[in-house]
Amino acid sequence: MSAFVRAAWAVFWKDLLVERRAKEGANALAFFAILLLFLFYFALGPDSDRIRAALPGLLWLAFILAGVLGLGRAFALERENDCVDGLILAPADKAAIYLGKLAGTTALMVAMEVVFVVATGIFYNLDIWAAVPRLLLVAVAGTIGFAAVGTLFAAMTAHLRAREVLLPVLLLPLAVPVLLAAVKLSELALAGEGWGAAWPWWQLLLGFDVVFVVAGLLTFEFVLEA
Amino acid sequence: MLGGLAVALLAIGLWLGLGVAPRDAVQGNVQRIMYVHVPAILTGYVAIGLLLVSSVAYLWTRRAAWDRVAAASGELAVCFVGLTLATGSIWGKPTWGTWWTWDARLTSTAILFVIYLGYLLLRSVVDDPERAATYAAVLGIVGALDVPIIHFSVEWWRTLHQPATVLKPQAPSMDAVMLRALLVNVAAFLATFAYLGARRYRLLSLRAEAMARALRGA
Repeated sequence: MSAFVRAAWAVFWKDLLVERRAKEGANALAFFAILLLFLFYFALGPDSDRIRAALPGLLWLAFILAGVLGLGRAFALERENDCVDGLILAPADKAAIYLGKLAGTTALMVAMEVVFVVATGIFYNLDIWAAVPRLLLVAVAGTIGFAAVGTLFAAMTAHLRAREVLLPVLLLPLAVPVLLAAVKLSELALAGEGWGAAWPWWQLLLGFDVVFVVAGLLTFEFVLEA
Repeated sequence: MLGGLAVALLAIGLWLGLGVAPRDAVQGNVQRIMYVHVPAILTGYVAIGLLLVSSVAYLWTRRAAWDRVAAASGELAVCFVGLTLATGSIWGKPTWGTWWTWDARLTSTAILFVIYLGYLLLRSVVDDPERAATYAAVLGIVGALDVPIIHFSVEWWRTLHQPATVLKPQAPSMDAVMLRALLVNVAAFLATFAYLGARRYRLLSLRAEAMARALRGA
């Protein structure tokens, strides 16, 4: 294993370990997402056809809202006890640290998303189980893109005044392509459509992932050391 | 000098657009807003491009001068994209019958506007000037990378905007007199952009100098 991968893995593993021991992040996120599930239901009324029609959008609204919270937390943790200094001083490529944080955030968000999808099926009484593998694929790809930009911005805003507002304000407009592609792909997955119609959106989503993971790898060093 | 040129060109552009250019056969006088709308968005794109270039240059060289170029272009990008949205809206009311519609080009321009508003917001909340410059540069680069992606994604999502008439491979499909008025206005807007940008740059330099002097005195 090269030093780069080892460093990224170490950061990723550290984040998961903190999560497993403290359990506050993942639990709070899942709880928040389920709360959103209730709120959506109150907002859209008991008509299950309306819920079904809006489901792809609702899923991604919940993922993104909970995701913003998760991202903010990922760097708030580093800020407490000045862990960021440790990361900066660590004899590792800063890009590897970015990759580790990105993987950690993505893992946490995907775990929350799985809980959310299962809870959606149960609470809304919808038969979505056949679409779950494809939804999961979309969730992973969409979350990587969202977290790629989000990790970068979370590192910037973690120690600023007004960070709770600033992170979503900066991140959400940039994440519009992710939202559009992911909602469309989820819609196709839920409708059980073939892969043909989904292909252009997959290209867009994966293109976004590649562009912004690379941009993050290249610019994270500046952000961390500023 | 640059300011005088900008004012003169704007005056000529106004005269050509309102006086010389013929009324549009279909849309009537409303169409004349194009002489402001199109130059505004083109200038906005120039500002965004300059913001990208100066952001990369800042991270590369770490010279404060590039950061000032970026700051000035960011502000002007918001101005000109905002002007585009406003004039588009004014044009849309009589033509499409609505102030706002979720058409592809409108939507992606509105997203651009919000991104660069966020850029200015980020600049204003970071206290340390060097840190502000670095963060702004990273956002400037990431934001500019997103511009084409947003454009295509929203384009696929929906479209009903009339196709571009000037920046397309074939010859522009527009009356020569109208085209001349438009091009003069584009030149006028670019001159205005250059003038305002230069003034803003100078102001930021003076402010940094004053700050440095105050620090030395203290």
